[in-house]
Amino acid sequence: MEPLIEVRGLRYRYDDGTLALDGVDFQLFPGETVAVLGPNGSGKTTFVHHLNGLLAGEGFVSVCGLPVVKANLPAIRQKVGLVFQDSDEQLFMPTVIEDVAFGPLNRGMEATVAMEAAMRALGDVGLGALAGRAPYHLSAGEKKRVALAGILAMEPEILVLDEPTTFLDPPAQRDLAALLGRLPQAKLIVTHYAPFARALARRAVFFEKGRIVADGPVDEVVERFQWVPGTAPGM
Amino acid sequence: MHHVVIERWSRGASPLHARDARAKAILLLAFLVALATTRRLSPAAIGGYAALAVGGILLGRLPLAGLLARAAIVLPFSATFAALSWIAGDAARAVSLLVKSYLSAVAVLVLVGSTPLPKLLRGLESLGAPRLLTLVVQFLYRYLFVISEQAQHMRLAALSRGSRRPPLQFRAAAGAVAVLFARSYGRAEGIHQAMLARGFSGHIRLLADTRAGLRDALFLAAGVSLVVALRLSLGAPWNP
Amino acid sequence: MHIPDGFLSTPVWLAMDAVAVPSVVVAARMARRELEETRVPLLGVMGAFVFAAQMINFPVGAGTSAHLVGGALLAVALGPASAMLVMTAILSLQAFVFLDGGVVALGANVLNMAIAGVLAGYLPYHLWGRRRLAYFAGGVLSVLASALLALTELLVSGVPLPRPALVVTLGLFAMNALAEGAITAAVLEGIQRLNAGFIRPAQGTRPRTLAVVALGAALLAAVGVLVASTRPDGIEQLLHHAPGLLDTPWFRKTAEGLAGVAAIFVLTVLAGRLIARRRSA
Repeated sequence: MEPLIEVRGLRYRYDDGTLALDGVDFQLFPGETVAVLGPNGSGKTTFVHHLNGLLAGEGFVSVCGLPVVKANLPAIRQKVGLVFQDSDEQLFMPTVIEDVAFGPLNRGMEATVAMEAAMRALGDVGLGALAGRAPYHLSAGEKKRVALAGILAMEPEILVLDEPTTFLDPPAQRDLAALLGRLPQAKLIVTHYAPFARALARRAVFFEKGRIVADGPVDEVVERFQWVPGTAPGM
Repeated sequence: MHHVVIERWSRGASPLHARDARAKAILLLAFLVALATTRRLSPAAIGGYAALAVGGILLGRLPLAGLLARAAIVLPFSATFAALSWIAGDAARAVSLLVKSYLSAVAVLVLVGSTPLPKLLRGLESLGAPRLLTLVVQFLYRYLFVISEQAQHMRLAALSRGSRRPPLQFRAAAGAVAVLFARSYGRAEGIHQAMLARGFSGHIRLLADTRAGLRDALFLAAGVSLVVALRLSLGAPWNP
Repeated sequence: MHIPDGFLSTPVWLAMDAVAVPSVVVAARMARRELEETRVPLLGVMGAFVFAAQMINFPVGAGTSAHLVGGALLAVALGPASAMLVMTAILSLQAFVFLDGGVVALGANVLNMAIAGVLAGYLPYHLWGRRRLAYFAGGVLSVLASALLALTELLVSGVPLPRPALVVTLGLFAMNALAEGAITAAVLEGIQRLNAGFIRPAQGTRPRTLAVVALGAALLAAVGVLVASTRPDGIEQLLHHAPGLLDTPWFRKTAEGLAGVAAIFVLTVLAGRLIARRRSA
């Protein structure tokens, strides 16, 4: 089976010289859901931003067989749907429907066709009724689902979610997990929240100081790094 | 918050809400120009303009008392100059300042209370407003509430850290504004990334504009005729 | 100072609208050419930032506080063309949604605060660079320019302002201008400390033309005001003659002169931009 995402020896330095990624190797296969765990600042977000070409480092990154280079970016950004951590930065249009239609319009669809694609995507996340609403009135959970709809409207093959449970209360987290569980795309979920990771993923990778230091079944990785909230061992 | 209330009004349903944004904008302009060019505000003139404004409120099924109350926000400034005019012996001007500023405010509220801002912006665009400007207004409005909330939190945080000495408070306020700037800049970066991630390549494409119909044309014609008739009945513009 | 509808006489608001509209269109074109629509989120967010920042109190002594206006700050942070656009966006939103300033008077308010205010706020920075004094001077000039233009428009429209009120008004302008200077300087220094890259370098596109044009306009305005009055001490006479002002030929001449100066100022700025555009094409 060909991997959907192939990363080999990825290195990335910030402008000030700090090494954010120090040689990352990774593969994502069709139908997989992989959790990306690790402490703050370990490079998780920097890593996922290389998958749709927002950042470009040294090494090899390819998506669905296409190397991540400038010429391939339009195609890659359709295949990789990135849901950002901050929904307010992602929902930048004045109404929900205009925002969800943003991606389809950029793909060159006619306005009416784009509108239909957007309504379908909103229906998929159960929020068709909110089409005319302004984003800043919505709850955190609704915003996250609208952001997801905006990605789904582009018909991606891979969903990448960066800390999707931030600001979500437990019911909203459960709803999101249920929704994601129903979607057929391969998924990469960056999360701090082990129960969420366990609910959706079978495999997990653990980032530390810019490298992947573990890659295996999610329960094992969580256990090995004690990646659960609560008292520290020995207290 | 004021703009939240206006926005709620604009999402309502009424014959006025259903009209094309361009027609409403042009009618507003006609009303404002007629009012502005009316030199002598007789009671009849005031009655005429007020009747048109109230007609708009009713047609838009907008809350009468609420709207009239909100328009009063312009009165403090006008009242100051009205008082000065009165003292200077120019009673007519005093009345004129108060009435014109107030009725203009009412008319503007009728427009924004019956037209969602995105529709209004697209309408103004097709009437010739530069697209870059309307897009900036659009984004400004989108993030106004979010960033204002942030500013509010910072203000409260600064208050609770409460230094009594003005020089320190000044420095704290400057620091807070600088941080707000930096976070806003970072937010703009994030928005840009989110746009790129969904295929943005330099041109913001928008959903189709609504087409104006016969009803809109009739509405505009009727409205402008009323305004012009009122204005001319109050003395031709070239004959003070 | 946002002028509501009903204050300006028809010749004045008509002239200001006629002048502001092409200026904004030109500013939009200048800003657009620099960075296309990629810049729209930044400009919008910066506008929201200024709105929000205006909520924050800056104590300026004797129990009073001042608030940021933002013209100079935006001019330094974004460059004059973008700043003009953002200020225009702010003023438009304020007029339509917040009823702060009239719609017919929007042209005048835009000219005062978004164009003159921004240019005046930018000039010291352009000449002296990233210095506290430049930031301070920018804030002061920005508010002074907007306020004096607004006052002129009101006086020419015949709004009566007896001497005591005029003195108080000018005093308030001076205080607001100083406050804006202090706030602008403090905030810009704070921003620079956070990240020097936030403030674009002073030598941007076509800087010299802009500076020359702005200086020329300022000189013309000063000369114009002096020439328009029949006696050398113009403002003093204005104060002296306040009540019976409207029927003196002197007033009419002043009004004509000021209107003419405003027209010259704007034509100069527009011409400067057209020349600069052709030169860079």
